[in-house]
Amino acid sequence: MTPTLTRLRRRIDAVAAPAGRRGGSESAIRLGAETLDRRLGGALLRGSLHELFAATTPDAAALTGFAAGFACRVAGRGHKIVWVRQSFTDTETGGLFMPGLAALGLDPGRLVAVRVRRPEDVLRAGLEAARCGALGAVVIDIWGRPGVLDLTATRRLALAASRSGVTPLLLRTGAAPQPSVAQTRWQVAAAPSAPLAANAPGRPAFAVTLLRNRAGASGQRWHLEWDHERQRFGDLAALSRPLDAVPLKRPAEAPEAALARTG
Amino acid sequence: MPFLSSDRLKRQRQPSPAPAEAALCFTEKQNNALRLVRLSRPALDRGLTAGLTLADARARVPELLAVEMDQAADAAFLARIADFCERYTPMTALDAPDGLMLDITGSAHLFGGEAGLRRDLLNFLSLGGVSEPRTAIAGTPQAARALARFGHAHVIIRPGREAAAVAPLPVAALEAGAETATALIRAGLKTVGDLGARPQKPLAARFGGGLLTRLRRLKGQENTSITPRRPAPLCSAERRFAEPIARIDDVLATLEALAGHTAESLEKRGQGGRLFEAALFRSDGMLRRLQVETAKPLCAPGDVLRLFRERIDTLRDPLDPGFGYDLIRLTVPRAEAFGSHQTSLDGRAADDGDAAALIGRLSTRFGRNAVTQFVPADTHIPERAVRAIPAVEAAALPIAWSRPAGAARPRRPVHLFERPQPIEAMAEIPDGPPLKFRWRRVLHEVARAEGPERIAPEWWREGEGGETRDYYCVENARGHRFWVFRAGVDDAAPYLSRWFIHGLFA
Repeated sequence: MTPTLTRLRRRIDAVAAPAGRRGGSESAIRLGAETLDRRLGGALLRGSLHELFAATTPDAAALTGFAAGFACRVAGRGHKIVWVRQSFTDTETGGLFMPGLAALGLDPGRLVAVRVRRPEDVLRAGLEAARCGALGAVVIDIWGRPGVLDLTATRRLALAASRSGVTPLLLRTGAAPQPSVAQTRWQVAAAPSAPLAANAPGRPAFAVTLLRNRAGASGQRWHLEWDHERQRFGDLAALSRPLDAVPLKRPAEAPEAALARTG
Repeated sequence: MPFLSSDRLKRQRQPSPAPAEAALCFTEKQNNALRLVRLSRPALDRGLTAGLTLADARARVPELLAVEMDQAADAAFLARIADFCERYTPMTALDAPDGLMLDITGSAHLFGGEAGLRRDLLNFLSLGGVSEPRTAIAGTPQAARALARFGHAHVIIRPGREAAAVAPLPVAALEAGAETATALIRAGLKTVGDLGARPQKPLAARFGGGLLTRLRRLKGQENTSITPRRPAPLCSAERRFAEPIARIDDVLATLEALAGHTAESLEKRGQGGRLFEAALFRSDGMLRRLQVETAKPLCAPGDVLRLFRERIDTLRDPLDPGFGYDLIRLTVPRAEAFGSHQTSLDGRAADDGDAAALIGRLSTRFGRNAVTQFVPADTHIPERAVRAIPAVEAAALPIAWSRPAGAARPRRPVHLFERPQPIEAMAEIPDGPPLKFRWRRVLHEVARAEGPERIAPEWWREGEGGETRDYYCVENARGHRFWVFRAGVDDAAPYLSRWFIHGLFA
């Protein structure tokens, strides 16, 4: 695209954009990690729906951490964040623990938690919250693949978000991606952290994959860590060991193969 | 209502197993003897009295039907009648076990005067199956009570005539205790009038000042007010219908009009309601109450109506108008002063208002305990470190979370299990971190670990989680981080310790 065309397109977008509260250059979310922000440019938008998937069920906590960081970056200072969850997930993966979120830099005083039983109620509460322009972000945490979460439901969410300017984050655990109108779709997995002294676990680390991006290319993978002091994501320092140290099959198989080769 | 218990039984058992003329009594165990406490009209007519033992009563009336007293059911029946009576006045009090007190000051004219109100009430009571109710309307609650219980069946006393009306009542009407009554009768003072004619000083010297106070109240010389069943609301508005309405839309429209009235009186005080209650009186006497709570003071009728609409939409047992509602009342039991809001240039104050409205809507739809905010509690025990409070209440509270500073990594997990889950772990004795552990049938090899962080039980609480815990943050080879602890740390027998997982780090 020529620069003139780009400029014109941007002006058209500015005119055609719904009357959201935040517009223009402010609407781009910067997560803080340089490689990621440079690659995505302004593709990560406020007031649009973003879907975050946990790679596997045990990655639910990593998903929560990543979403908390995401919400921190999205929500301006002082705006409330509504977090909708299904009540049974408290026994499955544990309930949200406020001191932990505070340690990540998300002020629990800003957080309003909604706990409901049925997935349709989660969606309903999430939709209601997404319509309220006074919020910083809405996190909608849904487990599995409920029938009510279909293309129409995500379209409704996206529409409400574009009108109010609030950014809904749809968190999915134990589900495979399905058609939706989300602006971006991410897969989040826990990653080995950069160790501190005495081989202690370090800052929260994530392996995130951009599965889908409506505004550009997708498929990239980043290793990020959350800097809770500065409240930004950063690129994970070079790993001291390979990411998947343990093969999915049992480790006991490896020596046997070696023996077979020597024999 | 002297036959409340038997009326209740008759209503419940339909068709009644006992013929209407059967002698029925209710018994209760007092001092190891079954005694009669309530009687039906036929039983009373055959000469039985309350206080007899059941054996004596059986000897006199062999066909006597004895039923055990069910005070809870009687109280529920009385409460339902009281609900109905709230249509006459919100100042309704229970006069247990079988009476009701209504303060009809200023509301009798709505029903065609005191006589009209009583006719209306008696009509309802007879429809409801209450037999031989006794009513009295008088200037003081005590006088009315004494007249209803000890006097003629139905009386209305003009103001100032109480003394003359209570004069023929027996001294028992003073309800100053059986001993006092006996002593008065022995002294030849049989009626309240006799007592009133005596000089008061010797009476006070003999029976105490309490008796004179009772006498004065009975004679209408000293007034007290009743304590209503429900606290009197700050303001209320109601609308009566000549013809009952049954459509929900009409109900909502009425509520909106009423909210307009309450808004006016709230505005005069500079207040906004935090709790609104709609009372829907069905024409057959049933009462349905709906409450909505808001996160910030509210008075605009549209906002109030939106909450009620939400509430009605999500009722578990939907509104059943039956033959329609003939009275709808909207009350504001709790209100707060409007804060002096100043809209800042970036619109923050407006944002807060919108967020509060959202919290109100969500709380109305999903229940006030489903929408919570969190305040820190002053304890080190992780599962008690957070207190969840309903978000509708939280708006007024300052919520101050201090940010833990200076930590190289978050020291607390993002997910916490309410109950720590047991795991099998292999660890160095006495205080090494686990090397591998099995949780939910999956074996995790620990690649990194940090700890221990010791959290001791709070000795001032008795018997709750009274074990010292050593917490470790461990990371497995795939990068999942866990918060595990060793419980039952005992230097003498370190191999006896048990391991639990308590949380998951991001």
